[in-house]
Amino acid sequence: MSEIIQTTNLTKYYGKNRGIIDLNLSVNEGEIFGFIGPNGAGKSTTLRVLLGLVAPTSGSAVIFGKEVGKQQKEILAQVGYLPSEAMFYSGMRVSEVLRLSAKLYKKDCSKERKNLCERFDLDVRRKVSELSLGNRKKVAIVSAFQHDPSLIVLDEPTSGLDPLMQKAFFELVEERHKAGRTIVLSSHVLPEIQQHCSRAAILREGRLIACDSVERLAGKQFRKVEVKGILQAPAIAGVKETKKEQGHVSFLFEGNMQELLDSLRQLPVEDLLITEPELEEIFLHYYEKREEQNNKKRAEENNGKRGEQR
Amino acid sequence: MTIFFHELKRGRAAFAIWTGVIAFMVIICMALYPEMKEQMAGVNALFANMGSFTAAFGMDKVSFGEVMGFYAVECGNILGLGGAFYAALLGIGALSKEEHEHTAEYLLTHPVTRLSVTGQKFAAVSAQLVMMNILVTVVSVLSFRVIQETVQTKEFVLLHLAFLVMQLEIAGICFGISAFLKSSGLGIGLGLATVMYFLNIIANISDKAEVLRYITPFSYAEASDIVADCSIDGKMMAVGVVCGVIFLVIGTLYYRKKDIAV
Repeated sequence: MSEIIQTTNLTKYYGKNRGIIDLNLSVNEGEIFGFIGPNGAGKSTTLRVLLGLVAPTSGSAVIFGKEVGKQQKEILAQVGYLPSEAMFYSGMRVSEVLRLSAKLYKKDCSKERKNLCERFDLDVRRKVSELSLGNRKKVAIVSAFQHDPSLIVLDEPTSGLDPLMQKAFFELVEERHKAGRTIVLSSHVLPEIQQHCSRAAILREGRLIACDSVERLAGKQFRKVEVKGILQAPAIAGVKETKKEQGHVSFLFEGNMQELLDSLRQLPVEDLLITEPELEEIFLHYYEKREEQNNKKRAEENNGKRGEQR
Repeated sequence: MTIFFHELKRGRAAFAIWTGVIAFMVIICMALYPEMKEQMAGVNALFANMGSFTAAFGMDKVSFGEVMGFYAVECGNILGLGGAFYAALLGIGALSKEEHEHTAEYLLTHPVTRLSVTGQKFAAVSAQLVMMNILVTVVSVLSFRVIQETVQTKEFVLLHLAFLVMQLEIAGICFGISAFLKSSGLGIGLGLATVMYFLNIIANISDKAEVLRYITPFSYAEASDIVADCSIDGKMMAVGVVCGVIFLVIGTLYYRKKDIAV
């Protein structure tokens, strides 16, 4: 499998403000690659650097073997981009915006355009300035897909879309995926990433904190457990990040569910809530793990130094 | 050429309004001339003896009682100022409105180079100015016909050529500034055109302010000078053209590497 996108120590500062720091990642041909992180983690910045909207402060990125920022036109000719907040030229009609886009790609997309507009129930005669957020998003979807790009970049694609349209949208994404297209999906909605991506990168405060297959990232089967009526979390393997409040204990659990239930049965449980953790909690987990590793590394280095001194 | 035609299409309403208003004002003024001419014998001396006011509008150089003199002063103000405002608005909005209206992301994620975007956009600005000038010139010639006066061809051509070059210079300067803006710069554009207009008036009034003539493009497009001398001050025009080109080049170079705001 060849790499479609590869970044090397990609860094972007907006003045003194951090965008992304030392990002090293690669996206393989034909995969759906996820980008997860809270707002401000640097997801959009990464995409904007790759699209050539902003220039990296340092580091480099290569797409289709062409250097980002230098051969941007050649790169963009094969890319379809769906921005998180699509804005179009006021005064233009939907059909005009879509035709303009096709002209800029120098492609005749009329057939695919008609097809997609029908699929997303989009009235092409309306003026874009009169469209709701959801309908503007649909225009952006058609605009990103109509020229059948090899690489499709989606930034928060489902915001503003109703559940039915979200479903239709992901059907389209899966179709293109089956046809061999590469897709980069940036989102803070974890289930979207879990359902559709093969691999994903987790960003936090501009840094890549994990990049792995989605199964391995989320498949650790973390559960958030909240128990009322006990004072201590059960002493079994897999209990993490225990928090105690008045008559209330919560922890993340990553272990044998039967074992957990057995141990809880022996405790005076008043109420029990087992949920999927919020995305932020998984971030925290990864984040803390990273900190731990760093601390360990530092401790080892210090020990090493002491050893040398002796 | 897609962006070029797209720009023309987007600008057509403003084009129609500016061209219409300027042409209409020219027609009105020319329609007034026959009546004024009859009363001119007395009025002419008055206009020529208003001191600084006379000098400010160049009425000391041309005769208000002759059609070309009248045209130079009136048209100098209508097409000069109107055209300069239109040029400033076109230039200042060309690049900045994409970011101001949040359409830059849409445009620049298509396979177009930044250089091509700036090139096509400035070409569209220039094309609109040229078309506006052609239409206004045609209307002017027709209005001369209607009031049965003859156009002094050389003066007339030089006059309109100077206006066009002045507008292109202002558009070039504003276009260059536009590359640096993230919001709409309408105020900057209009302010710049207004300041330049008044700098020329100041230079006309006071000999000490002569140096201002090299700053403002209105000086080489001073209609009364062109009609009186039947020539354009080539040196000042060259300074103006170079100035416009420098702003244009700096803006284009900056825009090539600019971080586009969402």
